[in-house]
Amino acid sequence: MAELGQIVEKVRSKNAGPFWLTIDIFCGSAEAFQRVSDGVSTDRVARLFNTAPEKMKRFDIASLNVVKFSLPRPHVQGTRADRDMHGASWAALVAEMTLN
Amino acid sequence: MVKVLVPSGALGLGYDKTALKRGIAAKPDIIAIDGGSTDSGPAYLGRGVSKYSRASTKVEWAGLIEARQKAGVPLVIGTAGTCGADSAVDWFVGITKEVLAETGLRAKIAVLKSGQSADMVHGALEGGRLSPLPPAPEVDAGILHDCTNIVALAGAEQINAALDTGADIIIAGRTTDTAIIAALPLARGCHSGAAWHGAKVGECGALCATNPQSGVILVEFDDESFTVTPLADGANATPHTVSAHMLYENSDPFILYEPGGHLDVTGARYEALDRTRVRVTGSEWVPSDRYTVKLEGARRAGFQSVLLTLLRDRRYVENARDWCDDIARKCTAKARDRLGIAPEDFEIELRIIGECATFGELENRFSGSVELGVLGIVTAGTAEMADEIGKMLNPYLLHHPLTTDEEQPTFAFPFSPAEIERGEIFEFCLNHVMELDDPMEAFRLEVHENG
Repeated sequence: MAELGQIVEKVRSKNAGPFWLTIDIFCGSAEAFQRVSDGVSTDRVARLFNTAPEKMKRFDIASLNVVKFSLPRPHVQGTRADRDMHGASWAALVAEMTLN
Repeated sequence: MVKVLVPSGALGLGYDKTALKRGIAAKPDIIAIDGGSTDSGPAYLGRGVSKYSRASTKVEWAGLIEARQKAGVPLVIGTAGTCGADSAVDWFVGITKEVLAETGLRAKIAVLKSGQSADMVHGALEGGRLSPLPPAPEVDAGILHDCTNIVALAGAEQINAALDTGADIIIAGRTTDTAIIAALPLARGCHSGAAWHGAKVGECGALCATNPQSGVILVEFDDESFTVTPLADGANATPHTVSAHMLYENSDPFILYEPGGHLDVTGARYEALDRTRVRVTGSEWVPSDRYTVKLEGARRAGFQSVLLTLLRDRRYVENARDWCDDIARKCTAKARDRLGIAPEDFEIELRIIGECATFGELENRFSGSVELGVLGIVTAGTAEMADEIGKMLNPYLLHHPLTTDEEQPTFAFPFSPAEIERGEIFEFCLNHVMELDDPMEAFRLEVHENG
């Protein structure tokens, strides 16, 4: 068992406008890309964010060794319930997932 | 061939002066810089103000006005003053005139305004010309009239209308990040897919290269491609850095919607020309049937006062959540009783800083802390009410005991007064596009002869 963040180069999360969050997993190698692409299900990421899998967008981009997820923000940016204005901290939640 | 010099990802972030000189030596056709974003939250649009210091804005803008003078080409800023609301544009025009007066330079200024009246947007809603983008919040006349500012994002057409006035300096309200870069290449007949793709890659300056904080890049457009050249020492564009930039702050890395169509980079090919430069071909622009512009609106969402207290006593740190819940319950009851207000008129939240502060209920890691902060966040309908409730919360955050039979504790307040007025708060309430018959229909263009 390894944490995803330990086998990839970087996990980045950012706002994609006030209503979307986007998470880029830069795997760094074809091998790590394959492990993430095969080992991280959309359902698991959706569960991390307590959202429905059908609301997620997923892109497995082999040419960049990147797996990207986009989802409606857990709370709209800057509303009272939102705790991270720029959405950059959410990467940690994904980086700390365990992989077999 | 059209060369666009991009000094930085945003005015206010600084730029490398040596690299800017190289950019001017490369004889650009236009200098384009972004002035804003929604990324810092709804308050800037709500208040119609810039997030950056006036002095920093002036110094950096003066440097670009001087560069423009040397290059003899137009200088354009999009989303002036962070939010691009009319008041922020006026603020920016004021700074520009001050710089021109102080330097003795002359310039013709075109000002493009993007502000929308609630009535006009309501008319579009009634007329079926407003379409929600998922996940768009519900809108109605009340919500629209509750907005302090609504802006429409201008595209290349409106920037080109401003360029067509022959202005030396173009100060635009809200625009798409890409429009200010794509406009001139499109007007001169460069490949439209390359124009938008190069603009997307260039809109954050050197973020598409190594040494991303160096800022300055040159993007060259022709009838089939664009080429990115970072200009600072140690900054190199590679096929990987350039193609990866489509991921940045973009929910779909292959498709980018703009007024009048969308960019599709699925078939883009990235080629290293040398160690520094990358040429891209194969990007496609797909025009849409309807001409739409995206809207942003910030509605009033109450007033806040906040307080911070620090727990360092071990027993209080270990029982912080119970302590907070007890305070919130007691203080809420007291506020209702003493101020005669309904529960829906206010909210007291006690957020523990050091435990689930970032992810809230989505946190799945917990570890013991030596100390914790407790941020009291009071939201109410008026500033006076938020302040009153904050003052009621104060003694709890200072002295509330976990049990009734212990000596009265006292916690650490870092400030006096403990209450910090946050003023009015705002929420983004529009994720919609508005259909226009004419691209200039929702925008206003003014020309100022100056100097």
